[in-house]
Order: sequence, then C-alpha cells, then structure tokens
Amino acid sequence: MPDNQNNKREANNQIESMGEGLLTLGQTIRSFIEFIGESTAASWECLCHPKKIRKRDLLISLNSCGADGFPITLLICLAMGVILGYQGALQMHKFGADRFLPMVVGCTIVRELGPMMVAIVATGRCGSAFAAEIATMKLSEELDALKTMGIRPVRYIFVPKLFAMLLMLPLLTVAGDMVGMFGGYMIGNLECGLTADVYLRLTREGVRIGYFFEGIIKSFVYAVLITQVGCWCGMQTGKDAIAVGRSTTSAVVFGILAVIISDSVMAKIIADLSQL
Amino acid sequence: MKTNTVQPPEVSPIVVKDLTVGYGERIILQNLNFEIKKGQIVTLLGGSGCGKSTLLKHIIGLYPPMQGEILIQGRSIVTANETEKREIMSCFGVAYQGGALFRALSVAENIALPMEEMGHFTKDEIKERVEQKLALMHLEGFGNFMPSDLSGGMIKRVAFARALALDPALLFFDEPSAGLDPLTSDMLDDVILEIREKTGATIVMVTHELPSIFKVSDRVLMLSRDEKSIVDDGSPQWLRDHSEIPFVRAFLSRNKNN
Repeated sequence: MPDNQNNKREANNQIESMGEGLLTLGQTIRSFIEFIGESTAASWECLCHPKKIRKRDLLISLNSCGADGFPITLLICLAMGVILGYQGALQMHKFGADRFLPMVVGCTIVRELGPMMVAIVATGRCGSAFAAEIATMKLSEELDALKTMGIRPVRYIFVPKLFAMLLMLPLLTVAGDMVGMFGGYMIGNLECGLTADVYLRLTREGVRIGYFFEGIIKSFVYAVLITQVGCWCGMQTGKDAIAVGRSTTSAVVFGILAVIISDSVMAKIIADLSQL
Repeated sequence: MKTNTVQPPEVSPIVVKDLTVGYGERIILQNLNFEIKKGQIVTLLGGSGCGKSTLLKHIIGLYPPMQGEILIQGRSIVTANETEKREIMSCFGVAYQGGALFRALSVAENIALPMEEMGHFTKDEIKERVEQKLALMHLEGFGNFMPSDLSGGMIKRVAFARALALDPALLFFDEPSAGLDPLTSDMLDDVILEIREKTGATIVMVTHELPSIFKVSDRVLMLSRDEKSIVDDGSPQWLRDHSEIPFVRAFLSRNKNN
C-alpha cells in the first residue's frame, strides 16, 4: 500500500512539474510575442517621426555593430572562403572540374554562408552585448527610471540598435561575401592554377545577381531577429549578476538558433519562389 | 458688496486606498490606507524586506497593485492608460537608490533627458534649466562629466537634479543616503530640505538612516513584514517616544530594549 501511495505521489509530482514547465514555456512565448508587438510599434513610430530616434545612441550602435565588428567578420569570412575553396578544389580536381570552383564557392558564399556567418558573428558580438547592456540597465534601475520619465524603454533602447543593425548587417554581408570569394580565389589560384581574370569571369558566369540580393534580404531578416532576441533576453533578466550572464548566453544561443531556423525557412521560400 | 467665494478642497498629492501589493501571488503588503498632504516629507520605514521599495514602486506606477487604488494629484495611476500614465508621471520625479544615471550620457544630458522627452522646452531653455538644477545641487561645472567620473554622493545629487528637472510637485527618493559617509548623507539631507523650501514639493522617501529621518521627516509610516501592513504613523520623534508598539520605539531609538 505505501508503495502504491508513493508511486501515485511521484506521478502527481511529475504531472505537476510538467504543467509548471508548460506554463513557464507559455509565459515565455507570450512575453516574446508581446515584445515583438511593442518593438514593432516603437520602430514604426520612430520611422514616422525620425526626430524621436536619439541620434547619438544610433551612432554609438552603428559603431559597435558595424565598424567594431568589421575586422573579425572579414577574417571569419576569408577563412570560410579558404576552407570552402580548399574542400571544393580537392573534390573537383579529381573529376577535372576545376573551372566549376568559382561558381561553387561564389554561390555558396553569396547565397548561404556569407550572410549566415556574418549573422552568427553579429549574434556573438552584438546580440550578447545588447542583452548584457539591457540586463545591466535593468539591474541598476535605469529601465525603471526611463518608465517614470514617460519614455518607453523599447523605444529608447531597442530602436537605435535595430536601425543600426539593419544598416550595418547588410553592409557587413556585402564585405563578407567579397572577402569570402577572395578566399576561394586564393585557393583556386594556388591549387587549380586559375588566374584572377579567369576566376572572375567564371564567378560572373556562375553567380547570378539575384543570388546576391537573396543574401542581402536574408541579412535584413537576421538583423531584426538578432536585435529582437538580444534585447528581449536582456529585458527578461533576473535581479542578480548571474542572471546577466544567463541572459547573455541565452541571447547568443537563441540568436544563433533563430538565424539557422529562419535560414532554413527562407531557403525553402526562395527556392519555391524561384520556380514560379 | 461682500462675496463669498468657496475654495475647492485641496487635493492630497497622494491617496492610497485599500492597497494590496506583491509579486505574483505573494502578498507583500495589504489593505494599506493613507493620505499624504501637500508639502510633507514622509518616510516609509521598516525592517529589511518589509516592502518599502515595493510600495514606492507601486505608488509611482512601475507595477500594478493586486488590489486597491492609488491617486496621484487626484488621478488614478492604477487605471490610467499609457497616455494618462505619462501625464501623471510628469507630475513627479524619482531618484533611485543607485542613482540610475544613464552611463552613455553626461551629467547635463542625464538632467536634460526628462525635459527633452516630456516637456516642451527649447534647447536654450533646457540648457538654462540644467544649469539651474546643477547649481541647486551644488554641482556647477560638472555638466560635462560622465557618471563614471563621479563619486557616490555626486551621483545621488545628479539623480536628485534629474528628478527635479520638470519642477515636479511630488518627489520620490529611494534610499537617498544609502552607502554614503555621514557628512555626505547630512549634506543630502540639507539638499532635501532646501528642495522643499524652494519648491514646496511633497517628498516621499525610503530610508533606513535614522539621523536623516529625524532631520528631514515630518511623518513616518512604519511598515511591518509580519503584519504586512502599516503598523504606526506619526512624526519620528513622537513615534520614538510615545508609540504603543515596542518594535517601533526600539527601531527608532536603535535600542532593542526600548
């Protein structure tokens, strides 16, 4: 009998904790949806009344999202181009298909890897920085101070970051694409003997301008996602220093997840649209 | 001919009715009823964790109460929509415990922020008013400093200046003297009295500093964690000497045997 009672209690506990978990998940999803709504309204308000954007904050965000991240982004994209070129060259050389290397490297970088690598670097740099900054502001009651001044924290904090990301991420993607293809050329030249003229001509033949815009459109979507996730994680932080660290980690993890999932969705949508 | 003009009764800056506050389902304070008269300096006092700051944050509209009503200058901050809340909030200034200054902004920009966002001032007017507030807080010449360059006492004074930016009729100070040396703390008390004298503002503060309470407070609302309510109300001297509750007398005389 006592065993039966214990089993029953354990089952009840498990059901209870599952219920609590589902409730927490529901609340988290709800708060994220609320944040999306609030941030969209604030962004629209600032688009209609650009004077409401604090220019200084925008410049600071432009600098931290763009200029500061330029070297590391380019370095990673160059390395990506080199890796891709090397692996491609190894396989293609076996079949005498060296002349397809520029097309493979170009298409892969411009359509997928370039925007995605830039977005992942931006998530690590900017998404985490947004979360840490906002979480610290929350701890030091700066968000409360904004509210009592009649300023919506979302407008003050989120909007400059979003606009900065929307401007800088596509620019970084363009630069990343160029450098990535240059990495591919280095390998094409060293391993396959392709000259600069030939490599450029083959790239032009294989990489359509539409592919390039495909990557740029993706970078706009990534910019919105990274900013949303980073700022939301910061706003959700608890009231101690550990919570700040946790928010920062969440911003990076969920940011990368959002980038990869959205890339899969966009890849399917773009593929379907291109068949029309 | 003699005319009889009937003066409308003066609205109390803060009226709290049947207020219950808490977080989630946890009640911190319940069934609070009090009114604060114009020009009073009132201290919310009580042991650690009794809900002083929680009550303050509910009064200024940062959190919705579980139950009850809070009227600021006769208008409910509980039922107000976003626009109304913004209007009500323009009636008061808040200085937070750690100052809550924006680190990316200079001292002058911090003080100017409420004016830029809430008021309808020209750039010259804002500049002039910032200078006035800095002078009131004895911070002349510090306008271009960044918050990271200031001492704790100076940060508090900048926070006071920012709270005063819109010349509010109502001021809230959360632990104004916390973490300060006795002399700086005493100087801040003088600043609080000076603010009241010059602006006639009603001031509500949360503090544990007994010398500050006796120096500046007209009235103390004593909160109790066990009772989850206000257990006594009166001037600090009267409560220390005549309160019927031993805990209140002991707290204010800093003597557990009292």
